[in-house]
Amino acid sequence: MNLVQILFWFLSALTLFSALMVILSKNPVHSVLWLILVFFAISGHYVLLNAQFLAIVNLIVYAGAIMVLFLFVIMLLNLNKETEPKKNIWMKLAGTIAGGCFLISVSNVIYNAQTGSAELANKATLMGKGSIGLIETLGKTLFTDYVIPFEISSVLFLSAMVGAVIIGKKD
Amino acid sequence: MNLFLLTIDWWFIIEKLVLIAVIVSLCLIIAMYETYGERKVAAYIQDRIGPDRAGPFGILQPLADGGKLFFKEEIIPNASSKYLFVLGPTLAMITALLTSAVIPWGTSLEIGGRTVGLQVADINIGVLYIFAVVSVGVYGIMIGAWSSNNKFSLLSGLRAASQMISYELAMGLALIAVLMMSGSLQMSVIVNKQMAGALGGFGGWNIWYQPLGFLVFFTCALAECNRTPFDLPEAESELNFGYHQEYSSMKLGFYLFAEYINMFMSCILMSTLFLGGYDIPFVNETNLAAQIGQNWVALLSFLSLLAKAFFLVFVFMWIRWTVPRFRFDQLMHLGWKKLIPLALANMLITAALILWLNK
Repeated sequence: MNLVQILFWFLSALTLFSALMVILSKNPVHSVLWLILVFFAISGHYVLLNAQFLAIVNLIVYAGAIMVLFLFVIMLLNLNKETEPKKNIWMKLAGTIAGGCFLISVSNVIYNAQTGSAELANKATLMGKGSIGLIETLGKTLFTDYVIPFEISSVLFLSAMVGAVIIGKKD
Repeated sequence: MNLFLLTIDWWFIIEKLVLIAVIVSLCLIIAMYETYGERKVAAYIQDRIGPDRAGPFGILQPLADGGKLFFKEEIIPNASSKYLFVLGPTLAMITALLTSAVIPWGTSLEIGGRTVGLQVADINIGVLYIFAVVSVGVYGIMIGAWSSNNKFSLLSGLRAASQMISYELAMGLALIAVLMMSGSLQMSVIVNKQMAGALGGFGGWNIWYQPLGFLVFFTCALAECNRTPFDLPEAESELNFGYHQEYSSMKLGFYLFAEYINMFMSCILMSTLFLGGYDIPFVNETNLAAQIGQNWVALLSFLSLLAKAFFLVFVFMWIRWTVPRFRFDQLMHLGWKKLIPLALANMLITAALILWLNK
């Protein structure tokens, strides 16, 4: 076990535990706070993979902006056990089956990745190396090879923003 | 396990731990004396004497205040959610101190042949790290405000959150112009770039090239620190006391303290990004190091950074005791309709000039 592996196991345990707490907490505000912890742990994983830009943007956008808005809405609605709607038993059953199918397919992919292909096996050794996640490499790639998809998606975001303002206007 | 112990550079760990301890205690001490400074500045502006009882010139006043807060009764309201009530001030304090990790505090020291950099982590996304810390900083206030289970606290927390999110945008846009000029997000590179300018570094300060960017950044920093004229979350006349209304004892002290640490850290940040960082104006640091030794230069550069930051802290206090508070719609109007277009224009002009001059 080297330092990177110890950190990996610690972060993985933290991610899974807080992700479970998100759905197990009775109080929605607690759920949001656990979800923020999940984002922090995932950012830790990105740092281990030397994807620093992704790690920090994950924190700024998800933990710093989107979750603040979530918290904002939940605090104002003041949700609690009494106001929680009763769910249909069939809906619960359908949800369980759908979630189970997803779990099986994901675990199958991971299992195949570890045993099936030689290049994906022992990927853990690549941790902390490589420059693909550094901001310089990322910027150059985005503005040379992928400049058209990048610009199109930025236009998409802009139109979404304008749309939100127009819908949100009172008159 | 033994192998793992051997692979660690223990000197490196010790060096960083000592550096972290020194910087954190420095921030705490400075925040303590900022409260004293604020009262003295307020007294001077209002033609009073200010605190003068504890020690000569009232210099022990912060200790007396801290002692008072420690000995006050600690009250946790019955209807509050207990863990979050404690988590709120803790988070406020932690996020206030986290920024200090990426600040370059001075030129490097030389101890026994080892070069010790006066920066805890010189990561290549330094500026983004600060943004992450700033955007997470709002949780301390929001959690504390909600868990108090008091409507005034909640309203104040919502105000704080919307204010911080709104002003983060203009702050980021103002910074992009600086980043385009230095071509890096690494704090040490930004400072070195400025130090390479004319007049021993003085001519290279970003404020000469980005006066508008500095003004926008400064205004946003005032808003991010919840300082007057942007102290809407603490508007006594509307919200009684604001988000820390239900807090008492040292938990209240943490909130008040975190505000002063935030103020100091944002002034240090502005000095680093716009006022040349630890650059000593009109002095070439390399030549000076050859004359009086590396370690003295490190001390002088550190003092130079502190002097710049203290001047900005003074300006913060000066503004607080001069300008009245905004109304909330005025605050939003200023943030979204004035500062963001200004910062955008500044960014576009800078980009155009850089392209034109480098052609």
